[in-house]
Amino acid sequence: MDVAADVVIVGAGVVGAACARSLALAGASVVVLDRGAAAAGTSAHGEGNLLVSDKGPGPELVLAQESLRRWTALAGELADELGPRFPSIEHDAKGGVVVVASDAGLTGLREFAAAQRAAGVEAVEVTGDRARELEPDLAPGVLGAIHYPQDAQVQPVAAAEALLASARRAGAVVRTGVEVTGPLLGADGRLTGVTTTQGDVAAGAVVVAAGPWSADVAERLGSWVPVRPRRGTVLVTTPMPQRIHHKVYDGDYFAATQSAGAELQTSAVIESTRGGTVLIGSSREQVGFDERFSAEVLAPMARRAVTVFPFLAETHVMRSYLGFRPYMPDHLPVIGADPALPGLWFATGHEGAGVGLAPATGDLVAAALLGSAPAVDPAPYAADRPTLQALRPTPDVSDVQAPRGICTSDTTESDPEGARS
Amino acid sequence: MSGQERHVVVVGAGPAGLAAARAAADAGARVTVLDAADVLGGQYWRHLPDERPAGREHLLHHKWDTYRALSDALRAHPAVTVVPTAQVWSLEQVSSPGLVSSSGRRDGVRLNVLVGEPDAAGRAARTFEPDALVLATGAHDRTLPFPGWQLPGVYSAGAAQALAKGERVAVGRRVVVAGAGPFLLPVASSLLRTGATVLGVHEASRTGSLARGWLDRPWELAGAVGKAGELAGYVGELVRHRVPWRPGEAVVAAHGDGQVEAVTVARLDARWAPVPGTERQVEADAVAVSHGFTPRLELAIAAGCALTASRFVIVDDTQATSVPGVWAAGEITGIGGADAALAEGAVAGAAAAGGDLGAGAAPRAIRSRDRARGFAARIEAAHGIRGGWVRWLRDDTVVCRCEETTYGRVREVVELTGSHETRSVKLTSRAGLGPCQARMCGRTLQDLLDDGGTGVDRRPIVVPVRLGDLAATPTSSTHTASQPQET
Ligand SMILES: Cc1cc2nc3c(=O)[nH]c(=O)nc-3n(C[C@H](O)[C@H](O)[C@H](O)COP(=O)(O)OP(=O)(O)OC[C@H]3O[C@@H](n4cnc5c(N)ncnc54)[C@H](O)[C@@H]3O)c2cc1C
Ligand SMILES: Cc1cc2nc3c(=O)[nH]c(=O)nc-3n(C[C@H](O)[C@H](O)[C@H](O)COP(=O)(O)OP(=O)(O)OC[C@H]3O[C@@H](n4cnc5c(N)ncnc54)[C@H](O)[C@@H]3O)c2cc1C
Repeated sequence: MDVAADVVIVGAGVVGAACARSLALAGASVVVLDRGAAAAGTSAHGEGNLLVSDKGPGPELVLAQESLRRWTALAGELADELGPRFPSIEHDAKGGVVVVASDAGLTGLREFAAAQRAAGVEAVEVTGDRARELEPDLAPGVLGAIHYPQDAQVQPVAAAEALLASARRAGAVVRTGVEVTGPLLGADGRLTGVTTTQGDVAAGAVVVAAGPWSADVAERLGSWVPVRPRRGTVLVTTPMPQRIHHKVYDGDYFAATQSAGAELQTSAVIESTRGGTVLIGSSREQVGFDERFSAEVLAPMARRAVTVFPFLAETHVMRSYLGFRPYMPDHLPVIGADPALPGLWFATGHEGAGVGLAPATGDLVAAALLGSAPAVDPAPYAADRPTLQALRPTPDVSDVQAPRGICTSDTTESDPEGARS
Repeated sequence: MSGQERHVVVVGAGPAGLAAARAAADAGARVTVLDAADVLGGQYWRHLPDERPAGREHLLHHKWDTYRALSDALRAHPAVTVVPTAQVWSLEQVSSPGLVSSSGRRDGVRLNVLVGEPDAAGRAARTFEPDALVLATGAHDRTLPFPGWQLPGVYSAGAAQALAKGERVAVGRRVVVAGAGPFLLPVASSLLRTGATVLGVHEASRTGSLARGWLDRPWELAGAVGKAGELAGYVGELVRHRVPWRPGEAVVAAHGDGQVEAVTVARLDARWAPVPGTERQVEADAVAVSHGFTPRLELAIAAGCALTASRFVIVDDTQATSVPGVWAAGEITGIGGADAALAEGAVAGAAAAGGDLGAGAAPRAIRSRDRARGFAARIEAAHGIRGGWVRWLRDDTVVCRCEETTYGRVREVVELTGSHETRSVKLTSRAGLGPCQARMCGRTLQDLLDDGGTGVDRRPIVVPVRLGDLAATPTSSTHTASQPQET
């Protein structure tokens, strides 16, 4: 079946869904393609934290703040549009509490919070006793904490399904079980659509929102983006009466990553869900798309959780699952036009924050494609930013305005495990 | 093996596992048997613990002598270690530097085990990296939902059987047995022997498909090792107690105020759809239902074993799985009953130990295994679940008992989201997310969504594990997780 649209979006995860909704509401005709089911990739294998607490001042925080605002509005908009029977996106601004048990940790956290406050984040320092009022079951050793009332969450699968359903109401077409295999190229070398396992789809623009598989899709289309999988594992306990009220995580861990010079990325968040389970997330490993279970990553996660909430030692873990964050080497998502292949756009590389950053990403893509004013400055996320271009492989690979066929063959960047079929 | 004996670990001490352990030990291997239960025997030989009186076990168990002989032989064997209350909670694929074969290093598996009473704190953590692994984890019985099945008084046949065999307790005084398969007969028998009145055995398959699978009558199957005699015995018992056996019927609803007081029985067509107008009510205080078995595939999937389209572990003539070093036997390879499990176990154990399958007891085991395989195929042909059962569901019928998700809600969520994907529907309807981890409803949900994938059988954490026990597991120094930076 051959079809045509203004925009074709590759990937029906939360990011593709947000792009589809923003574009469709702005009047574009949109086709979303996913080789699997909707909302079944990374978006179904992570958590739904919408955090500002883990982000220092900078472009990611700006995007997170805009997105947080958008999620709050979306919770109402989507419920109104889709009605009370549609599964709730479970938006909950429950707030985050980052705790520390050492003086060094407290000092580091305090400085970090001060910088965040200057960037507009609500970050309230509290004593250990006050922290135990917020979270009565916290370990006695907790010396102090920062309370982040803005931290929120959604249920990512329900959220992605809701965004897609809303996009469909605005005319978008979502086609699942359709794998993008290569480019359609115009005489001028411009990308004019995609070939798929179910026929060609012609489009004025192609947006790659394929999560950790974006490098593979970009390569199939004859271009390049350095997204890599970064594995994460989450633990889920059996349901219990609620004893954890915020998103709680350990700031000493944060201090450790800070002192190592790495920006804070890990949110070892412990929290309860509406179903009564407690989620403990999540590890970070670079092991390609290796889906094999590893018990060794669980022990340190369990230890950290028990250190913060000793009562958890008596609870039972009933499930673990893992996913692959779309990781970027320079720790910022790519949102915007590909500098090498006209007609190709990216909305990917959100690593461990794609759910949180999805709405603002969708709006930025729509603004850029349709020429309207963006809500935040898009420049830091541009695909031609120097930190990415420095990584671009040798020109003879990147320059090919590849006729199809060449583009799926081996190139230097391709990860041998990259294409999960 | 040149001086160094091979270490075979057997997971599961039912008929398959016990037979495997014995065959492996006879072939010269060092054997460790792990089973989560505190007594040996698995589902089939479920019995009172040794410290409680067990004089009448032979009345409740077929082949009790086989069990005694096997368990005595294993206890007496110096190369065999049996570890009861040993729960294998996960299996990892590892590269084992210690395991050197002719080709140098090879990949293997690591079993993570907790030993001790299930809810006790501080169970001992042990790991095993065997030279060969035999998986004999069995199956649990599968129950299709029907209106009222969440009422107290509705039991899975397995639970009813376990109470009868293990605790000598009948689930009710007036009991209806329903579902599909030859295993309804021993369940009825156990109920009779614990003093219950069995009002009827309702077999969903009609005589047409039964005839195709079983010849004329379910008990007259030719050639299945010992099965004919065993089933005929059960049937004689039903006849003596005037228990009607009714093919082409199902319990399509249970009724009662806080407890089963009656059930509705209806005739089914060949597709298992209830025939309108044939419903009748039967007063009963308990129902035991079983519609077949779901193999316990967690460890096999974690090991990477290939599965058949109907999701049993694929094995070759030596019971070897697709994964080198891993063998499988018993219900995880097909539902063939205890005799099949015994025969497969004997073959798997000998093969896993590196024994000669042309010598000793092996050839006979292979022949009875081959006969038993035909039996498994006939069970599936005669009693396999047919899609029409969905017609006895109502919108308010609970599909997932843990999360209380109804059939109507599942349908509504599918319609609203347009998604038929099991994982997504689980997360948006909550079906399958509860403590049983979709063991009860996973395949039902897949049937409703027309999804044949293995997603619902994948449970890297096989059973719930105390977080404190997890925290206490040692982490090896080779652990390379949590690299914060890009290379
Ligand atoms: C353990 C873990 C915890 C996390 N916790 C959080 C959190 O708390 N908060 C947060 O904001 N984020 C979190 N994340 C990150 C978040 O899940 C991701 O950033 C986000 O889901 C990415 O969404 P996406 O739409 O870009 O990708 P995906 O959801 O992966 O969607 C990409 C889609 O592209 C499709 N696709 C791939 N190749 C092709 C092709 N050739 N043709 C057609 N379709 C194709 C795939 O099938 C897939 O459905 C977590 C991630 C993990 C792994
Ligand atoms: C209700 C009912 C009635 C039956 N009646 C009959 C009958 O009359 N005749 C007949 O021939 N068959 C009958 N069967 C079937 C019979 O039980 C099986 O054919 C036989 O038990 C299969 O043997 P197995 O060794 O494969 O598995 P099982 O007997 O089920 O043994 C599996 C063992 O593995 C252990 N195990 C599983 N996973 C783990 C783990 N992760 N860690 C540690 N241990 C683990 C379990 O504790 C269990 O002991 C009945 C089954 C049921 C449920």
